[in-house]
Amino acid sequence: MDKTQNNRAWFLVLPVLILVAFSAVIPLMTVVNYSVQDTFGNNQFFWAGLDWFRDMLHSDRMWNALGRQAIFSAIILVIEVPLGILVALHMPRRGFWASFCLVVMALPLLIPFNVVGTIWQIFGRVDIGLLGHTLASLGIDYNYTSDPIDAWVTVIVMDVWHWTSLVALLAYAGLQSIPEAYYQAARIDQASRWAVFRYIELPKMQGVLLIAILLRFMDSFMIYTEPFVVTGGGPGNTTTFLSIDLVKMAIGQFDLGPAAAFSIMYFLVILLVSWVFYTVMTNLDRKDVTR
Amino acid sequence: MSDGSVTTASAVDDTGTGTRGRSLSRFVPNGSVIVIGLYLLFLMLPIYWLVNMSLKTNSEILGSFTLWPQDLTLGNYRTILTDPSWYMGYVNSLIYVVMNTVISVAVALPAAYAFSRYSFLGDKHLFFWLLTNRMAPPAVFALPFFQLYSSVGLFDTHIAVALAHCLFNVPLAVWILEGFMRGVPREIDETAYIDGYGFGHFFVKIFMPLIASGIGVAAFFCFMFSWVELLLSRTLTTVDAKPIAAIMTRTQGASGIDWGVLAAAGVLTIVPGALVIWFVRNYIAKGFALGRV
Repeated sequence: MDKTQNNRAWFLVLPVLILVAFSAVIPLMTVVNYSVQDTFGNNQFFWAGLDWFRDMLHSDRMWNALGRQAIFSAIILVIEVPLGILVALHMPRRGFWASFCLVVMALPLLIPFNVVGTIWQIFGRVDIGLLGHTLASLGIDYNYTSDPIDAWVTVIVMDVWHWTSLVALLAYAGLQSIPEAYYQAARIDQASRWAVFRYIELPKMQGVLLIAILLRFMDSFMIYTEPFVVTGGGPGNTTTFLSIDLVKMAIGQFDLGPAAAFSIMYFLVILLVSWVFYTVMTNLDRKDVTR
Repeated sequence: MSDGSVTTASAVDDTGTGTRGRSLSRFVPNGSVIVIGLYLLFLMLPIYWLVNMSLKTNSEILGSFTLWPQDLTLGNYRTILTDPSWYMGYVNSLIYVVMNTVISVAVALPAAYAFSRYSFLGDKHLFFWLLTNRMAPPAVFALPFFQLYSSVGLFDTHIAVALAHCLFNVPLAVWILEGFMRGVPREIDETAYIDGYGFGHFFVKIFMPLIASGIGVAAFFCFMFSWVELLLSRTLTTVDAKPIAAIMTRTQGASGIDWGVLAAAGVLTIVPGALVIWFVRNYIAKGFALGRV
């Protein structure tokens, strides 16, 4: 690294620091504050120590929500990453159709989350939705509001619809950066399609794919609005993911202490996994630069 | 480090204009068109269905199942565009989204410059700490934000939502801009300083035009994430700054849901996004890689 050592650079970072302190540190301290206190209303608070954390660690409710969340995020990554790569490999590289594909693919990314939910809520309804109606007329018993499996399938297909393009666009950007000489060399060696993918395209996409996996992990782990609009966390609790459960607890039932303890543990899990990704990513960055 | 990125950048330029398209096509199997076609169809069908419903009357939606409107009507759109309590939702959304984009990019520019050019005490930790804010679930912050903004008297104002969205947009903007700035060789800075430019003058007159596409991409992402977010914007507003996405829920009346108007409102929320994408379409691919390709 040949960056200049200069501590006055802090002044350039100062505006960001002040802004983020206001919009992140203060609220986070409020959460920490709630997590160690108990209240009986009237704004009277009592020190509760780590009781809430202990409670939450022994609460089936949280572990169940965490389990559902982990399964959901895992399924999302397993489907969206390979599908995104597949789509990117088959996209036209230039000209009108390349722009056309980019624009259409980016479209779902710019739809407000609850409208995404609404679109799928309508699309899947048996009486007025294209998908639901088609499935029903094929004789398939499909009802996402009463059948847990149908609800899961709907939520997962919705997320695939919503976010696969992000993975595809990132992978596409990685592919675009591969110099033509690499392909020429592969042709001279008569490399198979698979070998080209495995030894040229995949390594070159590594960096952007890590960004894609990181973003998809974080965002699927905090998903709230889309499943909430479609299923409301139901039927029963089968699609109640962590954020839905948290909002229910904090705003619905106003259990501030447990909700705050829940929040902090939730945040820590995301932080831990993201830190691993981030470390791998920055190491890759450094390798690229020195190469 | 700047050398490395420059060579990659020029390599992309060379191949981009050369024989790339022709020779690449040999590696692309014939099934490409089918794969892409199916995928785009999958993406467009739900949106088509929404547009289709928005052009129907409620009796047609509920009464019969039709693949396209038999009795085409623009009445649903008229309902929205003539009623201030509807269309002010769009105005509110656009106001706080634009405010957020301007604030985020403005504060992120100097910070990204600092991260890309200097090493200073605690820089790596600071950068990761900024990114952690992008990772924070909005659900964690909903209640504290509500209390914070209520206590400083900003509740139900556009600026409150704009500031709240800075939580995840500022770190993202810093991350993107830092990626783009790394690609600009440092010799440019040094030459400018030798020529007697002050920092501010150099930054605005020389440096910012060089990373214009990066600024565009960062602004696009800020716009996008602020536009689609609902949990925080709904929590922080009641009447005066209520976003359109939150107003949509009120179509659920006593006589059931007004499906036609709901669909029309949904279609109208897609339009701004589509327009923005059209303007940045040539930068989308690089932008999604956050300047790191």
